[in-house]
Order: sequence, then C-alpha cells, then structure tokens
Amino acid sequence: MAIQARDVTQSELKMKEPTVALAATGVRKDFRSARVLPGGGSSVRAVDDVSLEVWRGEIYGLLGANGSGKSTLIRLFSTLLTPDAGQVRVFGRDIGRDELAVKRMINRVSVEASFFKKLSAMENLVYAGRLYGVPPEISRPKIRSILGRLGIAQARLNEPLEKLSRGMQQKVAIARAFLTAPMLLLLDEPTTGLDIRSKREVQTFVRDLRDEHDATILLTTHDLDEAARLADRIGILHQGRLVAEGTPAELAARHGGGTLEDVFMTATGRRLDEADDTSGETGA
Amino acid sequence: MIANVGAQLGLAYAFVEREIALSKRYWAWEIVWLVYGIVTSLSVAYIALGAPAITGGGLAQADVSRFVLYLLVGTITWRFLGLIFEQMGETIAWERWEGTIEYTFMAPVPRLTHLAGMCGATLVRALGFSVAILAAVALFVPVDLSHANVASALALLATGAVAFIGLAIGSAVFPLLWTEKGLQMAYIVQAVVLLVSGVYYETTILPAWMQVLSFISPATYVIRGMRAALLDGADLAAVWPNLWPALLVGAVSIPLGLRIFLWAERHAKRTGRLKRSG
Repeated sequence: MAIQARDVTQSELKMKEPTVALAATGVRKDFRSARVLPGGGSSVRAVDDVSLEVWRGEIYGLLGANGSGKSTLIRLFSTLLTPDAGQVRVFGRDIGRDELAVKRMINRVSVEASFFKKLSAMENLVYAGRLYGVPPEISRPKIRSILGRLGIAQARLNEPLEKLSRGMQQKVAIARAFLTAPMLLLLDEPTTGLDIRSKREVQTFVRDLRDEHDATILLTTHDLDEAARLADRIGILHQGRLVAEGTPAELAARHGGGTLEDVFMTATGRRLDEADDTSGETGA
Repeated sequence: MIANVGAQLGLAYAFVEREIALSKRYWAWEIVWLVYGIVTSLSVAYIALGAPAITGGGLAQADVSRFVLYLLVGTITWRFLGLIFEQMGETIAWERWEGTIEYTFMAPVPRLTHLAGMCGATLVRALGFSVAILAAVALFVPVDLSHANVASALALLATGAVAFIGLAIGSAVFPLLWTEKGLQMAYIVQAVVLLVSGVYYETTILPAWMQVLSFISPATYVIRGMRAALLDGADLAAVWPNLWPALLVGAVSIPLGLRIFLWAERHAKRTGRLKRSG
C-alpha cells in the first residue's frame, strides 16, 4: 500500500492537538539471562535509548520486526516493566512516581487476549469495569453496545470465553480496553493472528473509536499495511532503537519515496519479512 | 475519606465477585475438593473410632469420643487454614495460569486493595468448605460439641485466618521470584507447617528441631486453642496463652507479607518476570 494514504504533517498534528499524551525520554531496558547468549554476554538490550512523543488524539504506529523491542516498550509504558534508564510520562505524570494515576489513564490490548477462560465475555468485562471503577449498571449496556458494534452476537455474551474464536476473543479484549475509556490506549499487535475480515473490523473499530472518543492510541505492529492504514505517525524500531519517525508522507520523503516497505528497508537495511525470519527471541 | 474507603471496597469486591464466578464455572472441581475434604476428615475420624481395636481395646467410650473430636478439630481447622494458605498463596500462580496477570497488575487498583479483595474471597470459600465438611462428617460420626465454647473457637479461627493470610501473602510471591518452581515451593512450606503444627498429634512428640518450627507456626497455637475451646469449653481467658502467639504472628506476618509482596512486584517489574508465561 502506498503510504501517501495518510498525508498529515507533523506541524498540522501539532497545531491540531499540541498536548503530549505520552513522552518517553532516553528509555533503556536490558534483560539478564542465566545462560551466556549467542552474541556473548548474559544480558540483552531490548530497548536502547528510545525517545518519542505521542500527541493527544493521534494514532502512533510503532513498526518493527519480531524481537525489535516493540512489546517491551509497550510493557514499559503500561507499568509492567520499569526502565533501567530514562523517563516515561503519560499526560505529564511520571509512570514511576504517579503509577496509580497513570494506570487510571491507560489500557492495553496485548497479542494474546488475557481473560479468565471459563468466565463469559460479560463476566470478564464486568470484572474489568469494576477494576476501573465502572459499576455493572453502567458497564453492562456499554458492553452490549461495544461488542454489538464489533459483530459479536448477544447470544454469545454469556458463553465461556474459551468457546469463542481467537478473533472474537481479541475483539472482546479491545472492547474491554475501550470500556474503561482510557486516555491512552496501548495496542500491542492487536490484529496478529486474526483472519482478514476480523482484522479489518478491528482496524475500523479502532479508527472509529479514536475519532469518537478522543483517545490517543499507540499501536505496535509488524504489519506494514496496518501501520499505513491506521497510523498518523509511524516510528520504526530496529534492534531496540527508534531508527526513523514521522508521518507516512514525511518518512516517504525522507527515505526516497515509495512504499512503507521501502522506508523500512532503507531505515533498517532489511526487509520486514526477512527481519521477522531472522530475529531471535530476546525476552522482549 | 469515606468516599475513598467506599471506592476501595468496591474495587476489592471485584475480586470477591470474580472468585465466586470462577467457583461456579469450576463447580466440578469445587465438588472434588469438597468430597476430598469430607473423605479425608471422615477417614481421620474413623481412625479414632477404631482406636480400641487398633490398641487392643484399652480405651473407654468417653476416651474414644474425645479422640474423635480431637482429630476432627485438628483436621477441620487445618482444612480451614490450609484453604486460606492455598488460595492466597496461588494469587500469582493462578493469574499466570489463566494468562491474566498482566491485566490485573496493570489495573489501577492499589495492591493492598487487591489483596484485601482476595482475602475476602478466600475467607468466604474457606468458611463455606469448613462448615460443609463439619456438617457432612457429623452425619456419619457422632460429634460431641456439648462442652464447646463457640466464642473462643471463633476468636481462634479469626486469629488463625489473619496469621495465615500474612504467611500466604508472603508465600504468594514465590512464583514471581522463581517463575518455574515458585508454586511448588509454596506447597512445600504448607506441607512443613502441617507436619510441625500438631494437626493430628501433640507437638511434644516431635524431634527437638521440629519443635522449634512448631513454636513459630501459628497453626500450632490455633489448633491447640481450638481443642481447648471445643473439647474442654475453655473461655477466652483460658485460651489466651494460645491466642496471643497467633495474634503476634498475624501482627507481624501481615505487614511483613505485604512488604515482601510489594518488593517482589518491584523486582518482577525490574527483571521482566511480571508476565503471563514464565
């Protein structure tokens, strides 16, 4: 897909919404291993001096191969990891010092839908609502509405989650995130493993909800098409470093035009599918 | 202030409601554990009933009745305390197995509230199981509670619950520190506590080094006090020598367990262990 599809410049975005939703400065994360790793040494740098800003109301796509550090970065932003160096602020709040306040503002959808498998979609989501202070009398109608929009029949809301397909479970995970009306939504490869139709439905839903609810979205993906389709700005992560960043148009202009695949290759020296094939597990 | 307390209670209730929903969905396993508890307690009671035959008939009926109650108090009290230890001790392991650990730890719920909610759910389940086991056993074996002092027994149970909650919170972190073998370590701790706490016998028969462990186990005092209350009708003043050590363990173990839990959570976030797979 040609990346000119979302031709918005940084300056336009800044003029529209100058508030910084997420600011990461010099973030670094190493993981230690009990054994000596292939490159020698016993630690691996999953995130290496990453600085980025995500502005309120935008969809920021973090593009990278498997093992490039995308999930580690998302886990750092969602308070599940503490950085070894650097600082992360969400709407001005430091994630270390104001952890609870930050948690109230964010939600995350991971690659794997994380649910109590025997509980139904309704039970799981009512529970999630309670954790974010949404009482059942408010959450129940909202759950029906969101899941209805995502194409999940009402009759299936009370079935154990384990009986729903992977695509349906992922839609329930996205519904759970939006149920709590997060100011910053972290989507960690939300469409990985979904069939084309489910993928398109989820992508449309993400766009619609951003437009309707003024949510800020940080999306990681290794799907070039998804990044081009959804993201206002894209950051390319390679071996833990942010090697390129900008709107699709800016990236194209900076890296000689063409497709996002071309941009990725120029920025990292590899095609994305090659990088996926050769990347090892880093614990990231 | 009051609004905040109300909000925290609401958050804590989320965990109680979740655990009740899970018990309903895993009803077949709950029945397994209940039947197992009843059968184990009954087996122990039948050992006491069979004592005259085992020992060559040297026991009077009154002694047999006392022996039955002695063993039943031990086994059912241990079942109650053990359920608390197991369920609270599996706070991390269960969520990791379900794959929800990241979501729970990312939620804007203070850890104290999270653990208070889990305690509430655990106490409801442990009480329900213990009452059901006692009622079922009473159908098969004559249980003489005519001398029982219920107030003393309840005070001891409550104190024991508090002490075990603190120990269990401390043990719950094992899977955070050792993702592969953490839960097994918690079970070993529980097994050792069973051995040294005089559940089926007096701790005085244990080797000296085990008696040191029994001295620091709160179950030793709770079970000893429960026997005094239910067999001999001991009032609160009479069970105080067994109540205060358990109270002391609770007073130490809860804040200590919380501190250990919070430290382990920080450690897991630093080392990347706070995730769904080991």
